Amino acid sequence: MRIGVITFPGTLDDRDAARAVVAGGAQAISLWHADADLKKVDAVILPGGFSYGDYLRCGAISRFAPVMELVIEAANNGMPVLGICNGFQVLAESHLLPGALTRNSDLHFLCCDQELEIVNNKTAWTNSYSVGEKIVIPLKNGEGSYQCDDQTLAMLEGEGRVIARYVGENPNGSRNLIAGITNAKGNVVGLMPHPEHAIDELTGPTAQGLGFFTSILNAMVK
Amino acid sequence: MALDTVVIAKSTPDTVQPFAELGLKPDEYARIKEILGRRPTSSELAMYSVMWSEHCSYKSSKVHLKQFGEKAPYSDALLVGIGENAGVVDVGQGYAVTFKIESHNHPSFIEPYQGAATGVGGIVRDILTMGARPIAIMDPLRFGPADAPDTRRVLPGIVAGVGGYGNCLGLPNIGGEITFDETYAGNPLVNALCVGVMKHSDIKLAKAAGAGNLVVLFGAKTGGDGIGGVSVLASETFGASGPAKRPSVQVGDPFVEKVLIECSLEIFAEDLVVGIQDLGGAGLSCATSELASGGSGGMKVQLDKVPLRDPSLSPEEILMSESQERMCAIVEPSKIARFLEICAKWDVTVTVIGEVTDGKHLEITWNGELIVDVPPRTVAHDGPVYNRPMAQPTYIDQVNNQKVIVPIPTTAAEIKAAVLKLAGAPNLADKSWVTSQYDKYVQGNTIQSQPDDSGMVRIDEKTQLGVAISTDANANWSYLNPYQGAKLALAEAARNIATAGARPLAVTNCLNFGSPEDPGVMWQFAESVRGLADGCLEMGLPVTGGNVSFYNQTGSVAILPTPVIGVLGVIQDVRKRTPMSFTESDLELYLLGETGEDVAGSEWAFLHNQRVGQSPVADLAREMRLIEVLLEGNSFFVAAHDLSQGGLSAGLTEMVLRHKVGATISLDNPGIALISETPGRVIVAINKSDYAKLEALAVKNEIKVSRLGTTGGDSLIINESIIPLSELSKAHTSTFSDLFG
Amino acid sequence: MKKRFFESPAASFKREQTMATIVVDVMLKPEILDPQGNAVASALPRLGFTFATSVRQGKRFEIEVEGDVTPAQLTEVEKAAEVLLSNPVIENYTVRVEK
Repeated sequence: MRIGVITFPGTLDDRDAARAVVAGGAQAISLWHADADLKKVDAVILPGGFSYGDYLRCGAISRFAPVMELVIEAANNGMPVLGICNGFQVLAESHLLPGALTRNSDLHFLCCDQELEIVNNKTAWTNSYSVGEKIVIPLKNGEGSYQCDDQTLAMLEGEGRVIARYVGENPNGSRNLIAGITNAKGNVVGLMPHPEHAIDELTGPTAQGLGFFTSILNAMVK
Repeated sequence: MALDTVVIAKSTPDTVQPFAELGLKPDEYARIKEILGRRPTSSELAMYSVMWSEHCSYKSSKVHLKQFGEKAPYSDALLVGIGENAGVVDVGQGYAVTFKIESHNHPSFIEPYQGAATGVGGIVRDILTMGARPIAIMDPLRFGPADAPDTRRVLPGIVAGVGGYGNCLGLPNIGGEITFDETYAGNPLVNALCVGVMKHSDIKLAKAAGAGNLVVLFGAKTGGDGIGGVSVLASETFGASGPAKRPSVQVGDPFVEKVLIECSLEIFAEDLVVGIQDLGGAGLSCATSELASGGSGGMKVQLDKVPLRDPSLSPEEILMSESQERMCAIVEPSKIARFLEICAKWDVTVTVIGEVTDGKHLEITWNGELIVDVPPRTVAHDGPVYNRPMAQPTYIDQVNNQKVIVPIPTTAAEIKAAVLKLAGAPNLADKSWVTSQYDKYVQGNTIQSQPDDSGMVRIDEKTQLGVAISTDANANWSYLNPYQGAKLALAEAARNIATAGARPLAVTNCLNFGSPEDPGVMWQFAESVRGLADGCLEMGLPVTGGNVSFYNQTGSVAILPTPVIGVLGVIQDVRKRTPMSFTESDLELYLLGETGEDVAGSEWAFLHNQRVGQSPVADLAREMRLIEVLLEGNSFFVAAHDLSQGGLSAGLTEMVLRHKVGATISLDNPGIALISETPGRVIVAINKSDYAKLEALAVKNEIKVSRLGTTGGDSLIINESIIPLSELSKAHTSTFSDLFG
Repeated sequence: MKKRFFESPAASFKREQTMATIVVDVMLKPEILDPQGNAVASALPRLGFTFATSVRQGKRFEIEVEGDVTPAQLTEVEKAAEVLLSNPVIENYTVRVEK
């Protein structure tokens, strides 16, 4: 299985995402922001980082990259897409996912080992987990506060489109402790914390992030 | 003002020039005229003034730093030594690692965020320019008193700047230090370390060789950043009333640097440069003169080709500008097309600004007119060398002859109170408030970071080869005895590396001192360098490079002499490292090394306002034997933690709180045992069945071993004192959030 | 203000064409949490300034065009504000001409 990992100028966690893809059992294909070419991949990951230095707004400029036109089209046709951290921000700016990510409420960049609860395991990226499963993966960002209007929030909750929630104290002011969401079809997922940094206990707090990268193989088998 | 050219300078020898306001002394100005055989043009004056400033020329320190070369131990691991942008060591498997610390103290007092940010940016470029991919950073920081109002201005800004720039570059922060002392109040210390990795064949040097090769400037456009920053700022001290001078501080853009890193690495991978230099202090003046000096000596530059952010800049200002995120490469004509292509891919501004010549001069023109015509070595390397007067300050004998007067905890209650007091002391308290603002995960190879004894990163994902780095200083000891202080800091850093199971290999240093014009400070500096050089020779660890920061004073009050020593070591398999603490109960805890009555210069003494006494005396032979015990013991040690500031009390506190597993400890003479800071001690945790191995290892290496107790439970129990971990944790973790919000 | 010892000829050159500036102000929607604005509001009284009941922080874009501003240009700027300069999910914007 081929999973594309996009590199924008300023992307930082692309190599880490690729490593996680390989650890999950798939082939990682590097995709360049300026090339309108998805190289026949089966799924796409938008990794973390500070694309375009977070100029204007996080993800606001990356969203217009040539490769993103193809990603949006493919996503609308059902291709699985995972946006991690900055990737989530790009998906929100592209309107593939609702809402927006804003500055952490205490104004500090926060890197910590964050406990999450998986609340939706029906998506292409979370089916390896069980509902209610608690995992610990790194959270590291300055703009991770998920915001949306009341209507959107009601829809997300009502349709079960929240995929993960922060456990314990709200680390960044996100509404309803939302750490990740999915689109209506369950193929596009945005997640603020970094599962690619929790694939082994040597370099991460746990290996509990690997599930995101094995889920996608399950999803493709179907 | 009309352009001041070489032709005009020749014909107007008596023009009065503002050399003093640019930081040059009359004898230095006279020497320039002697070198050139005429008065300098204003551009040449600008170049000499920045390049001959203390910060760039090391004029006060050179005579002493020579010792690192003269007393250099033989090491076949040293690939590039002092003199280049950073030192390079061979770590095996074809890999070379480059590392260095630098300071950005004065700018950080003026503008904490940008001062710290550009400090990080600068050291990262130094590593990049050696041909390496930067893989980690560390930040030893020092501030005024923790509860001082100005510390509340400066610390959060500096931490945000280090994090803001480093995180955006995608470099994990794997460690550092935070120390508070009143002498840093008007002069915080921001030292930044960067480490990079490459293959041996990738090493790049700063030389402009090959007549006809092109001089290429790439990276950010040039603006008015930090004009005069270097020569004005770093060679002057601050008035006691605060930052009255506000010269323009450099403003960094980490995104531009990130893109520059990726672009440069692609350029290096295709072997497109002959030489390369980054633009740091003194900007283009430095890069052109150093590249030219490193090569055959001749270079022609068309300054008007430099891409500008601010079109109103004069040639002198362009030469002095310290705009960030710029590099200068020497490229063969046959390779320039590909070079330009790669820059275009990354959208990096790139301009050919000149070429290497077979002459002996650096010639710079502005719209066809010659404005600089100098022998480059005289600018970059043959600056003034001072043999500043030095004299042992009177305070030394005074303090060394006084006894430290501190209460020694004896009762169970006093012992508990002492442990809690040390746990919550700002110098020893939990630093998560700071370190949680740093990304430690990016690149996926961080094995150890704060609060471990050393930072450790994996450099080969197949073989699991890794490097460990520690930065250490003990300014209290350096104050009491600068010679010993430097040796002790070296020993501490090396011991931190070995505690994790890595073998120390090489040294870098950042020497932070007061004004070199003060004979007492100069003596402190000379003694520190002598101590470090002697120590490195004895321990077989070469100094690969470093940085000197002088003029760290507030008015006439100098900072404590603060030589920060960085040691790098290698570990063959990061999976086999010795972790700092334990997760199981019923392990046996032992103390390696002997505890004496070393309270002078300790944190306990500091908390009781005692700055007197005699520092410990370094026994490097014993330290080296201890290192062998740690390296061999790695095969069966369950955990190991080095003791430093805060002594056994802090060491036990840190170990039990790491994974929230307590310990039961028995001590003879617990008061002294807990607060003394005798160097050369490590706590190790082993399985009971391995005691014979430990004993044999210790005997073989003549290292004392004494039993401390066992692990387990939810308290730290020392004799009759019972300290619940919840209480200990609260004392340890509240300090920073109480202070800084 | 730093003294400039050297003044270049370029510094005295002044452009004489007419230029106009269109200003786009972007603010977070009132219901969105503004931690930066709150931080400023907390800092003001600490410095002795007690006039503010609340502070909101936003962004201002100054867009230069040659000649006078045309209605067509203004429409274009509105579109740009909608699509790029602001995130309509969380921000509002205003567009005006500044001479």
